Amino acid sequence: MIKTVFSKGKLVAKTGNEVMAEAMRQIEPDVVAAYPITPATEIVQIFSQFVADGVVKSEYIAVESEHSAMSATIAASAAGARAMTGTSSQGLCLMWEMLYIASGLRLPIVMAEVNRAISAPLNIHGDQSDTMGARDSGWIQIYSENSQEAYDNMIQATRIAEKAKLPTLVTTDGFIISHCMEVVELYPDADVKAFVGEYKPERYLLDTKKPYTLGSIDLQDYYFEHRYQLAQAIRDSKDIILNVAKDFEKTFGRKYEMYKKFMLDDAEIVIVVIGSTAGTAKVVVNELREKGIKAGLLKIRVFRPFPTEQIAKDLAHVKAIAVLDRADSCSGAFAPLHADVVSSLYAAGVTTPKVINYVYGLGGREISTKHIAEVYETLVKIASGAQKPANQVEYINVRKK
Amino acid sequence: MSAKMIEVRWHGRGGQGAKTAALLFAEAVLATGKYIQAFPEYGPERMGAPVQSFNRVSEDPITIHSGVTNPNYVVILDPSLMESVLVTDGIGTTGKVIVNTSFSSDEIAKKLGIDASQVYVVNASQIARETIGKDIPNTPMLGALVKVIGTLDINGVLEDTKGKLMAKFRHKPEVIDGNLSSIKRAFDEVKSH
Repeated sequence: MIKTVFSKGKLVAKTGNEVMAEAMRQIEPDVVAAYPITPATEIVQIFSQFVADGVVKSEYIAVESEHSAMSATIAASAAGARAMTGTSSQGLCLMWEMLYIASGLRLPIVMAEVNRAISAPLNIHGDQSDTMGARDSGWIQIYSENSQEAYDNMIQATRIAEKAKLPTLVTTDGFIISHCMEVVELYPDADVKAFVGEYKPERYLLDTKKPYTLGSIDLQDYYFEHRYQLAQAIRDSKDIILNVAKDFEKTFGRKYEMYKKFMLDDAEIVIVVIGSTAGTAKVVVNELREKGIKAGLLKIRVFRPFPTEQIAKDLAHVKAIAVLDRADSCSGAFAPLHADVVSSLYAAGVTTPKVINYVYGLGGREISTKHIAEVYETLVKIASGAQKPANQVEYINVRKK
Repeated sequence: MSAKMIEVRWHGRGGQGAKTAALLFAEAVLATGKYIQAFPEYGPERMGAPVQSFNRVSEDPITIHSGVTNPNYVVILDPSLMESVLVTDGIGTTGKVIVNTSFSSDEIAKKLGIDASQVYVVNASQIARETIGKDIPNTPMLGALVKVIGTLDINGVLEDTKGKLMAKFRHKPEVIDGNLSSIKRAFDEVKSH
């Protein structure tokens, strides 16, 4: 029999979207403003049903676009409300200018985001191009491998955002997790509510006793300082994220960090990856370990802020690393995760591991254990010196002609 | 793939409940204490068009999130799909096919070009008409699948399905009884070579 980790936990079979909506029900924000989009539709659809049924006291604002969804969420947050939204792909793109305003105004909005490819060509399936595009927008980004992590991350994100005064998004891989039913342990409402706590904003626009100006013009004199403070807040949020994770572990029993190490400490060849593919890669690592091959895995959970110092330490002993990106930068150089991993290593003076970069799974393209095993085979050859690492992005399971 | 992991592929037509069957199956199997996954294949959905859905069942946590390509069991809700879809894809020489049909397992084996030992048949449409009153083969096929897999607890599955139907059809006890007896009958009636 499967046992719960938390003594009062309950095992259910639910999809990623269902558990994100469930977390939102338990957190019960003051305001949710959203415009539904595949494959995130169910999150706000289910939540709007909770509102209609009187299960939550939240105000649900059905807006006419994602730009308006983010605008209304920003306004609600600025007014002093605990505010959330949910979106995906083109929806996140349409929120673009407002994403930067949410972070620039230091509003602790939480977004349930389902990773989906970006048009054109039109595609509704999972890849991480949407949130990777928003990587520099000043939002904390937390990625989930499975539905359990999505649920746990939503609960933690609320505390993180409010403590860091930074908007925070939690993602799942579109369809692969958002629509996959799995075993998830849910915690009782009272325990989640107690963990999240009441939101008491330091300052808010509707506080008539302490009026202040928000969103004013800021030219050569102070704009730079405010952007510096935003960047510093992102850097400082690492400790907040870890502290919330510690408290979460103490309360519910599940351990979270900036990233998860799997068979990494003595590994000679390592894949670094984000999201659901980490679970598939674990299967391959176990198989290779049975054959005596020292394979390991590093799964990024928090991509913004990027855990640069720790990653350099944890990868320093590795002979060959493959960074797998489910987004392409179209940069002429390398994909986003690879760029951050390599700069982290180099800045820390770690130059021994050979690092290669693969782009995979765009538009929901299958990534199987066979594909991942092939990457490890290449890493074995690179580690032994039998093969030179490619000095360019490689692609998994794509037709080049 | 772990030797202990069971993988299932459902073939149906849009509207026949292939996705629902996979979800119901997963929930029922979780109730018997195993780890599960259930996910449909996504694409443009049209009534009557061929659709697939998938299950994984394991004693251990399931971390794999790629597609199911070598299913241990294939469940075919609509026998006409055998004409147009490669339903035996990836099953090898050990995978089992469970077909909703009035034909014998030998006849189906010949049609599919696989060994008769790999084929199980049950007239789920007839069972559904006689128990539920409508040709909804997905619920009885649950019972047939549980029987063929052999390691799952049919009583646990019935108990969980009953609980779910009670919540949904409190005012229609005939729907609950019909669905439950369809699962039981298909469990008893599914046969092989």
